[in-house]
Amino acid sequence: MLPQPKSMRALQILIDGFAVSALYALGATGFTLIFGVSGVLNLSHGAIMVLAAVAAWAAASVLHTGTYAGALIGIAAALVAAFATYFAVVQPIQRSRRIPNEEKEIFVLTGTLLWGIMIQELIAYFFTNNAKTVLPIVEGVVDIVGVRTPRNEIFTAIVCCFVIALLWVLVNRTRTGKAVLAASMNPRGVTLLGLELNNIYIVVWAIYGVLAGIAGVLLGMFLGVSSYSVGPLTASAFSIVVLGGLGSVSGSLIAAFVVGYLETLTAYLISPAYRTIPALLLLVFVMYIRPQGLLGRR
Amino acid sequence: MRNDSRSAVSPFGYSALVLAAAGFLGTISSQALAADPLKIGVIAEAQAIAGASIPQAAQMAADEINAKGGVDGRKIEIVTYDNHSSSADSVRAFQRAVNEDKVNIVIASYISEVVLALEPWASRLKTPFITPGAASNEISKSVHADYEKNKYTFHGYLTSAALALSVCDAAKELLVDGKHMSTAVIMSEDAAWTKPLDVGYEECLPKIGLKVLDHIRFSPDTTDFTPIFNKIEAAKPDVIITGISHVGVQPTVQWKNQQVPIPMFGISSQATNSTFGKDTNDAANGVLYQGVSGTGVAVTPKSVPFSEGFKAKYGNYPSYAGYTSYDEVYYIAEAVKRAGSTDADKLVEALEKTDWEGTIGRVQFYGKDDPFTHSIKYGKGLITGLMLQWQDGQQVAVWPKEVAKASMKFPSFIKVTSN
Repeated sequence: MLPQPKSMRALQILIDGFAVSALYALGATGFTLIFGVSGVLNLSHGAIMVLAAVAAWAAASVLHTGTYAGALIGIAAALVAAFATYFAVVQPIQRSRRIPNEEKEIFVLTGTLLWGIMIQELIAYFFTNNAKTVLPIVEGVVDIVGVRTPRNEIFTAIVCCFVIALLWVLVNRTRTGKAVLAASMNPRGVTLLGLELNNIYIVVWAIYGVLAGIAGVLLGMFLGVSSYSVGPLTASAFSIVVLGGLGSVSGSLIAAFVVGYLETLTAYLISPAYRTIPALLLLVFVMYIRPQGLLGRR
Repeated sequence: MRNDSRSAVSPFGYSALVLAAAGFLGTISSQALAADPLKIGVIAEAQAIAGASIPQAAQMAADEINAKGGVDGRKIEIVTYDNHSSSADSVRAFQRAVNEDKVNIVIASYISEVVLALEPWASRLKTPFITPGAASNEISKSVHADYEKNKYTFHGYLTSAALALSVCDAAKELLVDGKHMSTAVIMSEDAAWTKPLDVGYEECLPKIGLKVLDHIRFSPDTTDFTPIFNKIEAAKPDVIITGISHVGVQPTVQWKNQQVPIPMFGISSQATNSTFGKDTNDAANGVLYQGVSGTGVAVTPKSVPFSEGFKAKYGNYPSYAGYTSYDEVYYIAEAVKRAGSTDADKLVEALEKTDWEGTIGRVQFYGKDDPFTHSIKYGKGLITGLMLQWQDGQQVAVWPKEVAKASMKFPSFIKVTSN
């Protein structure tokens, strides 16, 4: 019975931290994209992720659709919820003439928060507040230099990185993506170029729905979710995005890895009970010295 | 004359009318008194599986008692309140139950934090109150510490101290004697009910021959258990002794996904739910958990008829708090009969004399001089609890021998060395 060597623990932290960070990154990317392009802070984000996971669970475990179909149903549910958020909550507020323009951001914030709570309560009502886990697409474990790692953890990390890379290609290499990028830089400029801003918003919400859906389903497979996860998930995406700089996708990616690794380090080296505390302290500290976040422009 | 005669007659007439009316009203109210329902307020967590069974089981017991004529001719009426798992909502519900809905007694919650918040209100509003599922030692310790004030609270479930004993008694026979295990790591969530549980574990595990190598407490909102399991594995124990209730599905699934080669044994409240297998996609297989009841386990002749009746009525098997809640309505009815009244103090006195064979064993309460005043007694011939295991998607009793249906069985990734 040899004590665990230090290098082994370092490798464990490296592997586990990566999977969690990649998942955080994927979750936060859509959130920051929406803010960057349309200035909307979508506080129903956690609820949409949980909805995706619960829909995938319900499809696979209750309706027996199989794992892949279940995952697709979960992503579809998030897409529908994202559009519902935009068309039923965000757009009416933005178009309202009775709400003064300078108050619209606050209204959107409150509106999406309430919308998130409604989704959360509906999930709790129909599926109880007990945690659910989505059956992983890949099962079993592999040995990475002595660290027994679930294949699902590796799968999660790969899918997250792949989707983020795909998003990068979409934004930088396609016409639609370039329009989205332009809109995030200068909305008025885009309209002057003859592009309908409204269509860009719809594209962004669609991208957001798919990203949140994939992140939710992966989260359901990797860690599991319950209706209680809604608040913490929104809060975690929000703090990652604030840390990285609101609206900056690359800032969010960096921040996601900083937070993910900080949490994992704390859990391993100090205590799992204090997991989230150092990351929150860091957030407060960054807000003091660099209020715009790591890569924020404003 | 006319006036006179009228004045002469009418006072008489009026008073006769008044008398008649009074008499009539009198019969109504005395009839009403006789038929006044015995009102039981039930405050529970409607969205949680453990909590949802509480009002359902209470209603089932009430229906059965009412079908047999009620309590001395009085029907039992169950008034339910959803507390959304919140202490603040529970306190408001308690106030409303007592002040507006005029309930005679309250059954509430499986969460220790909620019960501890309600306890002073039971004292202030002088309303008897029983919890069907919370475990913290503090609930009954407060009754002991200030009996006159807190005597209204009853603890209708095992204390954490008793739960620890139950786990140790089972571990001695199953793990130490049966599998020659000698080391353990305690893994428990940071909550009110686990503090005394951990103290109990630390005390009784070494006594039965399990050396405690490490003790990991984690926040109940933990989602990633990888570091916890890795830390436990590094200590190389023979068994993980659990104390979890707010979490359950997530650590179980991650235990399986990571193929942690060490069995989990102890308190895992969510594992008592019949939906746990499905919620975890059968990762539950192999998990050993303490319970006071189990589907198909005849702890007493009442256990199986209750759980099957519950399933027939509500479509799913009751949670552990369903069993206790069902028993509570019965022994409350008994106590009201014995007291001959619903007066709070008399009811408390009658409840203290409870000796009721329910679905989880024989229910008696510890007295004023015992440290856990008003908590149900633990021990052979009373309530000992069970050890159950998830096997092939089913909950199977493995301890004590009298009710065990099978021996322990583990998934292939678990390494239990000696047999």
